[in-house]
Amino acid sequence: MMDLSFQQLLFYGFSSVLIMSALAVISSKNSVKAVLFLVLCFVAMAGLWMLLEAEFLAIALVLVYVGAVMVLFLFVVMMLDVDFAALKQGFNRRFGLLLVFAALVIWTLLKMIDLLPFEAESVPMPEPHSADYKNVSEIGAILYTDYVIAFELAAVILLVAMIAAISLTFRGKRERKSQDVAKQLKVSKSDRLKILKIDPVVVNQDAAKEGE
Amino acid sequence: MIALSDYLFVAALLFAIGIVGVMINRKNVITLLMSIELMLLAVNLNFIAFSRYLNDIHGQIFVFFILTVAAAEAAIGLAILVAIFRNRRTIEVESLNELKG
Amino acid sequence: MQNTLLTIVLLPLLGSVLAGLFGNKIGRKGAHLVTIFGVGVSCALSMQIMWGFIDGQFTSFNISIYQWATLGDLTLEVGFLLDALSATMLCVVTFVSLMVHIYTIGYMSDDPGYQRFFSYISLFTFSMLVLVLSNNFLQLFFGWEAVGVVSYLLIGFWYKKDSAVFANLKAFLVNRVGDFGFLIGIAAVLFYFNSLDYQTVFNAAPQFVELEHKIDIGFGEWSAITFICIALFIGAMGKSAQVPLHVWLPDSMEGPTPISALIHAATMVTAGVFMVSRMSPLFEFSDTALSFVLIIGAITALFMGILGIVQNDIKRVIAYSTLSQLGYMVAALGASAYAASIFHLMTHAFFKALLFLAAGSVIIGMHHIQDIRYMGNIRKYMPITFITSLIGTLALVGFPFFSGFYSKDAIIESVKFSNIIGSDFAYYSLLIGVFVTSLYSFRLLFLVFFSQERMTESTRRHLQESPKVVWVPLVMLAIPSIAIAWFSTDAMLFGTFFDNVIFVKPEHPALAMFSREFTNVWDFALHGFQTLPVWLVILGAVIAYVFFVLKPHWSKRLSESLSGVYNLLVNHYYFDAFNQKVLVAIGLLAGNGLWKISDQKLIDGVMVNGSAKAIGFFAGIVRHIQTGNMYHYVLFMMVGLISLLSWLVWTFVG
Repeated sequence: MMDLSFQQLLFYGFSSVLIMSALAVISSKNSVKAVLFLVLCFVAMAGLWMLLEAEFLAIALVLVYVGAVMVLFLFVVMMLDVDFAALKQGFNRRFGLLLVFAALVIWTLLKMIDLLPFEAESVPMPEPHSADYKNVSEIGAILYTDYVIAFELAAVILLVAMIAAISLTFRGKRERKSQDVAKQLKVSKSDRLKILKIDPVVVNQDAAKEGE
Repeated sequence: MIALSDYLFVAALLFAIGIVGVMINRKNVITLLMSIELMLLAVNLNFIAFSRYLNDIHGQIFVFFILTVAAAEAAIGLAILVAIFRNRRTIEVESLNELKG
Repeated sequence: MQNTLLTIVLLPLLGSVLAGLFGNKIGRKGAHLVTIFGVGVSCALSMQIMWGFIDGQFTSFNISIYQWATLGDLTLEVGFLLDALSATMLCVVTFVSLMVHIYTIGYMSDDPGYQRFFSYISLFTFSMLVLVLSNNFLQLFFGWEAVGVVSYLLIGFWYKKDSAVFANLKAFLVNRVGDFGFLIGIAAVLFYFNSLDYQTVFNAAPQFVELEHKIDIGFGEWSAITFICIALFIGAMGKSAQVPLHVWLPDSMEGPTPISALIHAATMVTAGVFMVSRMSPLFEFSDTALSFVLIIGAITALFMGILGIVQNDIKRVIAYSTLSQLGYMVAALGASAYAASIFHLMTHAFFKALLFLAAGSVIIGMHHIQDIRYMGNIRKYMPITFITSLIGTLALVGFPFFSGFYSKDAIIESVKFSNIIGSDFAYYSLLIGVFVTSLYSFRLLFLVFFSQERMTESTRRHLQESPKVVWVPLVMLAIPSIAIAWFSTDAMLFGTFFDNVIFVKPEHPALAMFSREFTNVWDFALHGFQTLPVWLVILGAVIAYVFFVLKPHWSKRLSESLSGVYNLLVNHYYFDAFNQKVLVAIGLLAGNGLWKISDQKLIDGVMVNGSAKAIGFFAGIVRHIQTGNMYHYVLFMMVGLISLLSWLVWTFVG
């Protein structure tokens, strides 16, 4: 048995889960299963981030990403009445070529990692933080001072995304109280006024007198 | 101990899987969107690894914003998907080739 | 003086512009009044200037009016050179032009293009004056081209007639051939002398010849001065209708008679002669060029005269006569007798214009019938026309005491005394030419004014003398035809009139030798009766009388028995046939070839449409990359990205 420290074990464990569930995401025929595998991906990733002592972001990943975005995915998958049978066929014809290409991509990236000084010797291991290291406050200290404008803009982006999503998909009645001036000006008399010719009712003089 | 290069290796792998996912998928737009999420996730891992090993908090700030934007983009992507589905009753990627030359 | 010259030159232009642009507004009367005023004032001022030269009061004026452009160290300017030569030309041009203007009132009275005609002839006068007064080669060329253009416009005046359009194109194109040579000559002058100004070039000519420049033009080495002179003379050949560029002059008779008188007798065709005289400081240095000029002139004089015998159109006879006389003038130039040539130019202007205008008068009387076979005995009906025609004819053939005699005899004697190559041939040609001239001139006179009446009855009833506006110019031209030589021979030929203008080298003593034989006008005329030329004149008249009046069937039998020669003459030595069948055919072939193959197939088909089609073809192939499928796009993107990254990493790190 290799001399694995607990950290290394965690690292390899989370990484393998991550990779395998990622593979499952892209190869899964069932959309629901794919989404769920993606959730597993995210959770494994959160674990990795914990290892890297980015606690805030790890929790944010789980809470926001998994909790909101993945749930959204699931909603949409469930809403779309897709015929899963039809999805079963149709793998890409050029699958082999793409695998080769994927290998090439990985190899290139790895080469970059090799060539550039990322080895353990060049980049020293970071000291573990002290016990009262608060990741959240570290982030907060920078976020609300140097990056406050970016922060606000991020909020605006979210607002815009919300508006966009609604305007794309809303199918209900849209009650608008706005006026269309062009239509108002185009109105002609015949649209508003209709003159009827009604024969006058002639009351017989004798009958009227008799009625009295 | 775990070197920086190990984290980068994992991120590279994840990224490659995301790319492959975009390219081999022809039948499902949702898979496409999820592959994009995977790629973003890989990039986030990269950032955080560098942030930790270079002792710079700015990497995590960047991840914060990437997370935000990715969420917004996922929302809008799904809204578009819903709109397309309503029009065509299918979510095949192959059928979205109207800009064919 | 500058203002006077500007007035002389610009008044006809003003008249022309007014008559041309505002012809409808000012009407016929306004048009002719304004143009005659312009030319009349020019004429009066020219006479005044000429008087100043005759007195000896004026010498040369060289004035630069306007600097047009500078190219490096070459200045192009508009300027006037007024000396005895240009003063003489001024008088001739303006006087004949004035006569023609007045004559036109009668001749073109019922033509719809009345104002246009006046505008054109005034414009012509302006162009000719610019040519004559210029002091540099460029202005000369401008005037040269301008008279060519106006000649084109006037020959094709009745532009609805096919033959007129053919004739004016022919005139312009043949002129163009001459102008091409002329331009080469001007370019050579510019190349060797670095200046276009007359004075500069003439002053530099002696040293230039000393240096003995040689020029290689592809077939042998020529002396530069010879090349320049021959090139300039080619321009004169075109403008003054020497063989072989003579073919346009007979066809130019398609234009109205006034312009035949003005342009194709007195002024435009003499521009070539004037130019060579002006360039005498250059021509004197090249014996080869002078021989060339002499031989061409002699050939033209003789052979064109022979053609005049067989023509049946009254204007064509006079046209060939003009060609022949131009040959005489050019031959005189070749013999270095420039003064004699200019003198003959002046006298010829008067009597030839007279003859043309008289012919026009006959044509008016005959209601525009021009064939002399249908005329006869006109002297009974149009006496003034007859008398003036007689005067003109006697002047033309060189009968003693008439002005033509002095000038023609001066030429013949000068050619006799000349000693360059070809002078013998020239002398005999000119002598025979005298006989021929007499023959056709008297033939014309007899057939038109004497002999039986061959016209139709209706024409005969309408025959009457032309109106005053027609015969007054005839009389005014007849007077100088008789008398002008009496006053000017001495001064022009032998005196100091042309001293600073025309330059003659001592090796060419032709005119000087002639001057030894000349005593005074009266004696010379009497002596003339004993010389060979006058006998040839009388012989020609007698033979013409016999063959065309007494026994006309003899001439018919002669033409039948010598039918080969007769056909040659009737077809104008086949020059026109050659031009049409060979040169024009080549031109059309080249034009068609360039159009169909080069323009349509090559430029339109291959380059313009072909490049568009090629682009379409390639685009049709390339557009398939745009599949519309996202995964393909992502693939391409990634391929590009990975390639870029690999390259970066390998170059900068590896």
